[in-house]
Amino acid sequence: MTSPPNGAAAGPIIETVDLVRDFKRTRAVDHLSVAVAAGESVGYIGANGAGKSTTIKMLTGILQPTSGLVRTCGLDPMRRRVDVARRTGVVFGQRSQLWWDLPLHESFTILAAIHRLEPGQARARIERLVDQLEMGPQLAAPVRSLSLGQRMRAEIAAALLHEPELLILDEPTIGLDVLSKQRLREFLLEERRERGTTLLLTTHDMGDIERLCGRVLVIDEGRLAFDGTLAGLARTVGARRVLVIDLAEPTGELSDIPHTAVLAVEGDGLRQRLAFDASETTAAAVLAAVSARAQVRDLAIEEPDIEDVVRRIYAASGRG
Amino acid sequence: MLLLVRAGFRRHSTYRLALLAGLTTNSVFGVIRASIVLAAIGSAGSAIGGYSAPMAVAFVWWGQALLGTVNLWGFQEVKERVRSGDIAVDFLRPLDPQLVYLAGDIGRAGINFVARGLPALLIGAVLFDLAWPPSPGAWLVGAASVGLAVVVAFAGNFIVSLLSFWLIEVRGIQLVWMILSGLFCGLYLPVPWFPGWLRTIADWSPWPAMLQHPLDILSGRLVGADLGLVVANQVVWAVLLLALGQVVLRAGRRRLEVQGG
Repeated sequence: MTSPPNGAAAGPIIETVDLVRDFKRTRAVDHLSVAVAAGESVGYIGANGAGKSTTIKMLTGILQPTSGLVRTCGLDPMRRRVDVARRTGVVFGQRSQLWWDLPLHESFTILAAIHRLEPGQARARIERLVDQLEMGPQLAAPVRSLSLGQRMRAEIAAALLHEPELLILDEPTIGLDVLSKQRLREFLLEERRERGTTLLLTTHDMGDIERLCGRVLVIDEGRLAFDGTLAGLARTVGARRVLVIDLAEPTGELSDIPHTAVLAVEGDGLRQRLAFDASETTAAAVLAAVSARAQVRDLAIEEPDIEDVVRRIYAASGRG
Repeated sequence: MLLLVRAGFRRHSTYRLALLAGLTTNSVFGVIRASIVLAAIGSAGSAIGGYSAPMAVAFVWWGQALLGTVNLWGFQEVKERVRSGDIAVDFLRPLDPQLVYLAGDIGRAGINFVARGLPALLIGAVLFDLAWPPSPGAWLVGAASVGLAVVVAFAGNFIVSLLSFWLIEVRGIQLVWMILSGLFCGLYLPVPWFPGWLRTIADWSPWPAMLQHPLDILSGRLVGADLGLVVANQVVWAVLLLALGQVVLRAGRRRLEVQGG
C-alpha cells in the first residue's frame, strides 16, 4: 500500500517547533524543536521523566501541547487524529492494543478491519508478520496467556498491520530477555530494510540504539540536549574507548603512548587501562606502541557505555 | 463495525459460567417477582395501571430476560481504561472510541440475550401464563425498542464512565446511577404503578427508555400510536446521550494527562 500524500508536503515526517507541555507543577517538554525526515531511524533517549513519553503523546494526538507546533506526517495530530492514526503505528510498551480475552488472531483481524484493509491484503500482511515474528503457535491463544516477549512481538505486529509510514515505539524491549530483544531488533531491521519505515524509538536499552538507530536525540528536563549520530554523541561528551592490556611482567606506567591516557595501573603494572579517542588513534596503533615497550599477554577493548554518555551530558549541563 | 460487534459477542461468550449464573439468578428472581405481581393483581381483583395478570407477568419475565442484555448496571472497562491511561490507546486508532465501545456493547448485549435472556424467558413461559406481543408488527417494534434500549443504556453509562477524566473515583456516581436506573427503568415496579409525582420524574428521565418502553411493547400493554411515541422517546434519548457523550469524550481528550514519562 502506498500512502497518498493526503495534503502533507514532502517535508519532515515529524516536526516540532518550540513545543511546550506543562503539567501542574512541571514543564515536561520545554521548547523542543526537532525535525525527522522520512526513512530515518531515531533513538529518543533520556532519563525517566525527561519528557520522552510526553513528546510521543503529543506526536500521536493523545496529549494537547501547551504551546508550540507539532506535525506528524505533516498533520496536526490533535485535530487530524484519525488521519495520523492511519499513517502511524504506535506501541506503548506498558499498554496493550490487543483484546485481552480474544485469541490473538482475532485482534489482528479486528485491527485490520479498523484500518479498513482489504481482506485479501490483510490476510497476506498478517501472514507475513506472523511468519517474520514467529508467532504462528500463539495465534489461537488468548492474548492474556501470552508471555511478555510474545505479547510485545504481537503488539509490534499489530502496529505494523496497516503498513504505517512511521513507527513509534515507546520502550519496546522493556522487560524482555536477551533472546527476545535480539529477535525483535532483527525484525525491525528487516522491516525497515524492506519498507523504509521511519522509526522513532524510546528506550533505556542502549543496545536498541546501537543496533537500530542512525540518529540519537537526547532529551533532558524537556530540552533537547543532543542531536546527532551515536558516534558523534560519544565524541561530544568525550566518551573514550578503553584498551585493557595484560602484560607478561610488571611494567612501569605506560604514560607515553601517543593519544592515550592511563586510567589505571593494577597488579604492579601487570594490567593497565589506556583510554583513547577513536577519532585520534586506533586500537591497533595503541597496541603496536605498547608492544614496542613490553610483551602483551592479553587484551580487551571496552566500548563507551552510552548510559554513561548520557550521564555526562547531564553532568555537562550542570545536573545529574 | 460489524466485526467489533462480533468481537464483543465472542469476548463475552468466553465467560460461560458467568452467563449460566446470570441465567439462574434472573430465573429465580423472575419467579419471585412474578408471584408478587400476581398476588398484587389478585388482591386488587383487576388490572393495575393497565396491566392485566398475563401482561404483568410478561412484563416481569421480559424484564428478567433483558436485564443482562441492556446494560443497566454500568460497565467497568471504560472507567478502568480512563483511570489507567489505557484510553490513550483507543485514541491511537482511526475510529471514534465511543463507536468502538458501542459496537462492543451491542455484541455483549447479543450474547447475553441469546445465552441468558431467551432461556430465562422460556422458563418464564413454561411456568407462567404470559401475554405476548399482539401482532407481528408489535414483535418488530419491540425488537427495535430493545435495540434502542441497549444504545440508550450504553450511552448513559459511557458518560458516567468518562467522568473518570475529572474524578479519581466514580464509584459513588456509578452507584447513584445504578439506583436511579434500577428505580426509574421499571425494573422493580412498572413506572405506571408509581405515584404521580414520581412518575413525572421518570417520564422526563432517560431511564424508562432503557427497559420500561420495550417491556410495555413486548408485554402488549401499549398498542397503536403509543408504540411510535415510546420509540420516538427512545430515539431522542439515544441521540441526546450519544451526542453528550461525544462532547464529554472530546473534553476528556483535552484533559487527558496520562501519568508517567
